[in-house]
Amino acid sequence: MYSIKDLEKISSQVRRDILRMVHDAASGHVGGALGSADFLVALYFDILQPDPAAFLMDGRDEDLFFLSNGHLSAGWYSVLARYGYFDIGELSTFRKLGSRLQGHPATDTGLPGIRMSSGSLGQGLSVAIGAALAKKMNADHRLVWCLMGDGELEEGQNWEALMFAAAHKVDNLIAVVDYNGKQIDGPVDTVISLGDLNAKFEAFGWMVFSMDGNNMAEVTDTLKKVQWYTSQEQPIVILMTTRMGSGVDFMTDNHEWHGVPPNDAQLARALAQVEETLGDY
Amino acid sequence: MVEYINTGSNDTRSGFGEGLMELGKKNPRVVALCADLTGSLKMDAFARKYPGRFIQVGIAEANMMGIAAGLTIGGKIPFTGTFANFSTGRVYDQIRQSIAYSNKNVKICASHAGLTLGEDGATHQTLEDIGLMRMLPNMTVISPCDFNQTRAATMAIAEYTGPVYLRFGRPKWPNFTSVDEEFVIGKAIVLNPGDDVSIFATGHMVWNALQACKILEGQGIGAEVINIHTIKPLDEAAVMASIRKTRCAVSAEEHMQNGGLGDSIAQLLARAFPAPLEMVAVNDHFGESGKPEELLKKFGLDVPDIVQAALKTMKRKSPSGH
Repeated sequence: MYSIKDLEKISSQVRRDILRMVHDAASGHVGGALGSADFLVALYFDILQPDPAAFLMDGRDEDLFFLSNGHLSAGWYSVLARYGYFDIGELSTFRKLGSRLQGHPATDTGLPGIRMSSGSLGQGLSVAIGAALAKKMNADHRLVWCLMGDGELEEGQNWEALMFAAAHKVDNLIAVVDYNGKQIDGPVDTVISLGDLNAKFEAFGWMVFSMDGNNMAEVTDTLKKVQWYTSQEQPIVILMTTRMGSGVDFMTDNHEWHGVPPNDAQLARALAQVEETLGDY
Repeated sequence: MVEYINTGSNDTRSGFGEGLMELGKKNPRVVALCADLTGSLKMDAFARKYPGRFIQVGIAEANMMGIAAGLTIGGKIPFTGTFANFSTGRVYDQIRQSIAYSNKNVKICASHAGLTLGEDGATHQTLEDIGLMRMLPNMTVISPCDFNQTRAATMAIAEYTGPVYLRFGRPKWPNFTSVDEEFVIGKAIVLNPGDDVSIFATGHMVWNALQACKILEGQGIGAEVINIHTIKPLDEAAVMASIRKTRCAVSAEEHMQNGGLGDSIAQLLARAFPAPLEMVAVNDHFGESGKPEELLKKFGLDVPDIVQAALKTMKRKSPSGH
C-alpha cells in the first residue's frame, strides 16, 4: 500500500525522469507526459499493481492498460521502469538508436509492459475495446484502461469506437481523457473546439466521471470509485482535467511545450522545481 | 498439357465463408468481425452459428481493425471481413500501426477485389490492395485462385501466427483445384510444366492463364503455369527454377501493375536473373462499371492478352541464353 505522499514522491521522480530523458534525447514530448504523470503513477502503483516479472502479451486475468496518445511515451516508460518492468538505467536510451524505448511505444523491441504500438492517434480506444471483448469471451473479469488525449478526440475513429462500445455494452472498459485543453497548434478550443465533451460522451451512451488529474488524492479516489460502476452495461470515461507541463512553472499550461525538448538551462531550471525522491537513473 | 476441369463455378468469397465455418467448428480461438457486409462476405452462416464469436462492427472499418488487434491480446484469432477496398486503403494506417507494426495475429479477409467486382465501378474496385499490403513488414499476402483454394487458405491462415491479408473476389469463377489439396503458405504450385515461357498468375487470373496455356500449346509452345497464391513471401525458389528453364516470363493478376505480383517478380528477376517479363495487369488506370468479363477484356486481362504477352516475352528472350 502506498500513501498519497508515497505516490506523490514517485510522481516527482517520474517528472524528473521525463525532463532528463527528453533533454538527453534532445527530442520528445514533455508537456503531456508531465501532465499525466500523477495519473499513470496512481494507476500502476495503486490500482493495476501488475506483476512485472509475469508479463505476458495476452494479459489473461490481469487488468490491462493501453496508451493511445503514444507521445506520452517518456512518462509511461518512466512509470514502467520505476514499477519494475525493466532497469531504470535503460531510461537513458530513450529515443536513441537500438533502444527498446522507441520514440513512441513499440511492441517489436520486446519492452515488457507494452502490448500495442501507438503514436498515430485515435487508434487506442478501438484496441482497448477489442481487448475488453476478448476478456468477456474468456470469462476474464479484469478491466481494461485506456488513456487518450483530448486533441486526439478530433480523430474520427474515436467516435466509431465510442458508438461501438455503448452499442455492444463494453462495460469492462474505462477510458480516461487527458483533458488539458492543449494541442500542438494551440488551445484545443481554438484549433477545433470539442464543444461540450461531457454531453457528447453522454449522448454516445457513456457513463461520465471527472477528476483533477493533478491532485493525487482525487485521482486515487476516482480510479477506485469508477470501478464500482463497471459491469453495468455501459462503458465508462473519466474526463481528467490536467495541466500540460504540470510540475514545472514555465511549462505549465503552455502548449508550446507539447513536443519541444528543454535546453541545458531550461532543464536546470525545471529540475530545481522537481524533487529527486527515488534517485535519478 | 495437364487437364484442369471446372467442377462448377463458384465465388471465392463463398470459399472463404465455408472455410470460416470449418474454423468455427475446429478452432474456438477464431472470432469473426464484419463491417455491415455479412451477406456479401458470406459470413452470415458463421454469425448465426457462432453468435458469441461474431462481432458486427457496423460501417466503421477503422474501428474494426483496432478491435481486431485488441482481440489478439486475449488470445483470439480475429478474421475481419469487408470489401478489399475498405480492408486496405481506407484503413491503411490502422493496419500499419495496430496490426503490422504491432505484429498482431489478425487475418484481414478482403472480398470483391479487383475489376471483377463489376458494376459498382472504380470506387469499389481496388487495384492497389496487393501493393499496399505487400509494403508492410510482417504482413503475409495471399490471393487464392478459386473456391476450393480460398476455403483451404482460410483454414491455413488460422494455423499461422501473424498478420495476413487474404484477397478474394465476388464473381462465380471456375473451380478447378482439388478439394483436398493442402494449402501451404508461401509455396507456389506448378499447374503445368513447360519449357518455353513461365506464366506466373494469381487469383482469378490463374484460370485465364491455364486457358492461355491451352492456346499456346496449340501453337506448339510449352507454357509453364505457376499459381502464385502467396504473393508475400514470394516463393523465390519456384520462380527461379522456372525462369532458369524458360528464360522469359509473364505475370497475370487482377491488380495494378504498380505494386502487384508482376512488380514483385520484376524485383526478383532484376536482382537474380535478368529476363524479360510482360505484365498482364491494369496499367495506371482506375476501373469502371461493367460486367466482369467486359472489364477484363477492356483492361487487357483476358485470355488472349495473356497469349499475346507470352508471345511477346518469348521474342524478347536473349538469344545467347542468359
